[in-house]
Amino acid sequence: MPRIVGLTGDGAAAEAMRQIDPDVVAAYPITPQTEIVERFAEFVAEGLVNTEFVAVESEHSALSACCGAAAAGARAITCTSSQGLALMHEILYIAAGNRLPMVLTNVNRTLSAPLNIHCDHSDSMGSRDSGWIQLYCENVQEVYDTVIQAVRIAEHPEVNLPVMLNLDGFVISHSMQPVELMDDAAVKEFVGPFRPVVDLLDFQNPIALGALVAPEFQFEHKYAQWRAMDSARGVIGEVGREFGEGTGRHYGLLDPYRLDDAAVVVVVMGSAAGTSRAVVDELRSSGVRAGLLRVRAFRPFPADEITAALEGREAVAVLDRAGTQGGEGGPLFTEVRAALYTRGVSLPVLGYIYGLGGRDVPPASLRRVFEHVRRAAATGKVDRAVNYLDLRGWK
Amino acid sequence: MTRIAPPPRGLPAWQEIPLGGIVAGPGNSHEYLTGSWRTRRPIHDPGKCTSCMICWLFCPDSAILVEEERVVGIDTGHCKGCGICARECPIEGAMVMAEGGSY
Ligand code: SF4
Ligand code: SF4
Repeated sequence: MPRIVGLTGDGAAAEAMRQIDPDVVAAYPITPQTEIVERFAEFVAEGLVNTEFVAVESEHSALSACCGAAAAGARAITCTSSQGLALMHEILYIAAGNRLPMVLTNVNRTLSAPLNIHCDHSDSMGSRDSGWIQLYCENVQEVYDTVIQAVRIAEHPEVNLPVMLNLDGFVISHSMQPVELMDDAAVKEFVGPFRPVVDLLDFQNPIALGALVAPEFQFEHKYAQWRAMDSARGVIGEVGREFGEGTGRHYGLLDPYRLDDAAVVVVVMGSAAGTSRAVVDELRSSGVRAGLLRVRAFRPFPADEITAALEGREAVAVLDRAGTQGGEGGPLFTEVRAALYTRGVSLPVLGYIYGLGGRDVPPASLRRVFEHVRRAAATGKVDRAVNYLDLRGWK
Repeated sequence: MTRIAPPPRGLPAWQEIPLGGIVAGPGNSHEYLTGSWRTRRPIHDPGKCTSCMICWLFCPDSAILVEEERVVGIDTGHCKGCGICARECPIEGAMVMAEGGSY
């Protein structure tokens, strides 16, 4: 029987890891991810898991240990935040390029400097081209559910790629919310046994992994990786549906809210979607056809699906909890706009950068965004493509 | 001058390459020719060589050719020209490094 308990985002990630009972966990504590490592270390100490817990001296080593474990046919999980993810950067590409499936829970925190421990997506956006699947969670329940699904997505034979799931630091990681947990046995059954494709300890089929590749081969290897990422688009939906059959909680690449007849739409990732839902409801009750499109999968980028969801709207605002220094707007904005325009869908798209370094995003701020979208819808024009929400001194 | 073999034609397409850049199967480094890395080449003099096998033991590329317990020459497809064989050879002139010329 599923049971409902109160858990923080970090606590829910740790609980899912306990139920998955992976072969290897190598992790280094960093705020705001620390509670995951603490809790999981307790599970190990209490003998509740069979996991080999590797207490490493850095995140670079944590991910290296996971790569070694995965290459030896073990199911490996790690977790980090911010500077920790930055320190893993080199190894992120090695995990993806060597086609080693594993799961990384990243608790989003801004990158230094200025030194700040609070949430934005600059850490994971810095890894967006590393070859990892990236999923962004809205609440604690989704964190729990996504850790479990991530194992299946990563290990799917058509994918064989590492998965990074993201949750907003403090906003989700340290918020206590009711979470419906699956039975241990149901989780075990859902994830199933790990059947590695790349396996250094398969002595019947000896292989060398990580060998030098000449220019005649590099391009083809990278293309094979891109194709696996394309396959993940379908697999994320497939795994999310199967998960929904067992739990009643369905997941996919996107999560639309009151979108069917919406004229003005906000596109967002992560916890800000929760506040956006409340503002959409409020606007709807005053007769505004407002809607929300939450993007759950950023890598692979669901360009076709986003275009289909936004086609025919009067105007859209895309919210980014990260900027691209020197680029035109945030990463989600530039990709959504490119997806629409290359598919011949022309509608006003506003870009908003918001919530950097843990800046709160209250309903009043989102109301202002919707007002701007409505102005764009009325005029059919983008007065300013790149906007900064609640930035003092910006006019 | 002996030409080092060019990379094979008809390289595999992306679908034909093993997942994750693995090298499948053991003992296939002889398929990868490294002779083109050489700038200097070892010259073996069978008249002076005593077949003591020291060069064979030291060669990091297993490029010393041996037949019936005698050193008979160099595997030029793999010899990288490091000069270790000539350095270790105890017999004056049995193995010397030369620049240019051909085998
Ligand atoms: S080390 Fe010199 S003498 Fe000995 S086998 Fe090699 S070439 Fe001949
Ligand atoms: S030069 Fe180096 S690689 Fe070539 S045969 Fe001598 S020891 Fe081997």
